[in-house]
Amino acid sequence: MAHIVVENLVKTFQVAERQAGTWGAVRGLVRRTHRTVHALDGISFELRPGELVGYIGPNGAGKSTTVKMLAGILVPTSGRCEVLGRVPWKERKAHVQQLGVVFGQRTQLWWDLPVVESFDLLRDIYRVPADRYRVLRDELTERLNLGSLLDTPVRQLSLGQRMRCDLAASLLHAPPLLFLDEPTIGLDAVSKLAVREFVQTLNRERGVTVILTTHDMDDIEALCSRVIVIGGGRILSDGTLDALRERVTRERWLLLDLEEADLAIEDPDAEILRRDGQRVTLRFDPARVSPAQLISRLTARYPIRDLFVQNPPIEEIIARLYGGQEG
Amino acid sequence: MRAYRSLVAARFRVLLQYRAAALAGMATQLFWGLIRVMIFEAFYRSTTRPQPMRYSEIVTYIWLGQAMLGLLPWNFDTEVRNMLRSGSVVYELARPLDLYTHWYCRAFAQRVAPTLLRSLPLLTVALLFLGMRLPPSVASGLGWLLTTFGATLLNTAFMTLVTITMLWTISGEGIQRAAPFVVYLFSGMLLPLAFWPARMQPLLHFLPFRGMVDVPFRLYLGQIPAAQMFGEFALQLLWTAFFILAGRALLAQGTRRLVVQGG
Repeated sequence: MAHIVVENLVKTFQVAERQAGTWGAVRGLVRRTHRTVHALDGISFELRPGELVGYIGPNGAGKSTTVKMLAGILVPTSGRCEVLGRVPWKERKAHVQQLGVVFGQRTQLWWDLPVVESFDLLRDIYRVPADRYRVLRDELTERLNLGSLLDTPVRQLSLGQRMRCDLAASLLHAPPLLFLDEPTIGLDAVSKLAVREFVQTLNRERGVTVILTTHDMDDIEALCSRVIVIGGGRILSDGTLDALRERVTRERWLLLDLEEADLAIEDPDAEILRRDGQRVTLRFDPARVSPAQLISRLTARYPIRDLFVQNPPIEEIIARLYGGQEG
Repeated sequence: MRAYRSLVAARFRVLLQYRAAALAGMATQLFWGLIRVMIFEAFYRSTTRPQPMRYSEIVTYIWLGQAMLGLLPWNFDTEVRNMLRSGSVVYELARPLDLYTHWYCRAFAQRVAPTLLRSLPLLTVALLFLGMRLPPSVASGLGWLLTTFGATLLNTAFMTLVTITMLWTISGEGIQRAAPFVVYLFSGMLLPLAFWPARMQPLLHFLPFRGMVDVPFRLYLGQIPAAQMFGEFALQLLWTAFFILAGRALLAQGTRRLVVQGG
């Protein structure tokens, strides 16, 4: 049985508009013009238990709107949505009991209280039995390395520490479903890695279903087997990361480090994408020329210190997908 | 129930942390109290007509007012406003809690915690040194306690309602500024209601605000007979129920049209 079923979900907002300037403001007093914004324009997908799905899109694409609907916070204009057999906004309280949420830009911890007191409060809010709570709390404390933080007031935590605590807080009631909204935003590299690793084990060992929205493509590459891309309120692509790559472009990149900076590089099957001092990025289609052929040709003709082949970064893929959608 | 109790307890702990604020608040309230006492002293010395309250009663009324000021919905929950502005309100909605009860509990703690901290020392000082008197009878004292409890419930319900209006006006300036003024005026905090003109009395009597200040204070003074405490308490509860129902209706409307922006 599917964990989450979303069918043709639509959300429109009425936004009051006024024209710029003083005259516009005055006219706005008399007559308001409203513009309808389609935040979601018919979204459908299904999630099986234990999936870890990346949900990505540019700002304003409707990511958060979807997550908020799945969390029962927003009511859609039309469409069907079922999470664990419930309609989220109709049985909100029973629904959110099954749900952990982390919104990266906000904290769910009580700002003025020590972390452990926030945890205790959440225990009472989610009615977690005392003995089970202790086991879970201690386990999360160990996994996320929170031991020294528990007695610190939340306002004194660094962002990375706070995010680890927020993650723990979202899991104290052992929800089968976890929504992570930009959990790595603003974090340093070490904290990002810690968060990713934790989410991965949680998903693999506990089978927790995770929906992850992010702008950090490294998050996606490290974690998600399946990626749903949305733009302009519609789903642009839904599938594995490789399938997404395949769909948008087959090209590969060849990065060369030259001995000299000003060398002119030319090859009939490769195109210079960018030049940055001695570093040259070429792109080529592996169907037209095999990487081995291209490399041997280039190394024979030019003094090359180092080289490597890679897939275009996922940002590039996504950007092209959005670009294609707009154009 | 346990969740709401814990939330209130947590808010208490947070609010009790601010000892400096409590001290500063107490000093301010003492100062204002002294000024008000002086104003009434000047008034009583110059007036030739009989007044509805004796001077000693008005002094007691003023000090009660200074001590209980914190219970009055005179300031609003800036945290909820910030939550609405920043969008953190999503977390409030993502909890298996009834949002109205949750916000009511917040408001309750916000009224009661600082007041407890400030009122006891202030009342002690006023009783010992500043001319405040004890209630004329034990029954009057009990009546005061009961209706102070009623006033707390009423104030909290009123305050929660005003908080909920912020779902419409995110800046929250308009209603939030107007509401305390209305309360201040019609509750008796500014001027004991007995001093208002006779033709205003039916209106004042009808409005819910007298239950916030005037009723408990006049029970304390014995001006309202102690026997009437239950009737007054019932009236407070009635208005509380009204504000709760209005608040719930408004909240249900508000969350339906809620736009939680950004992500």
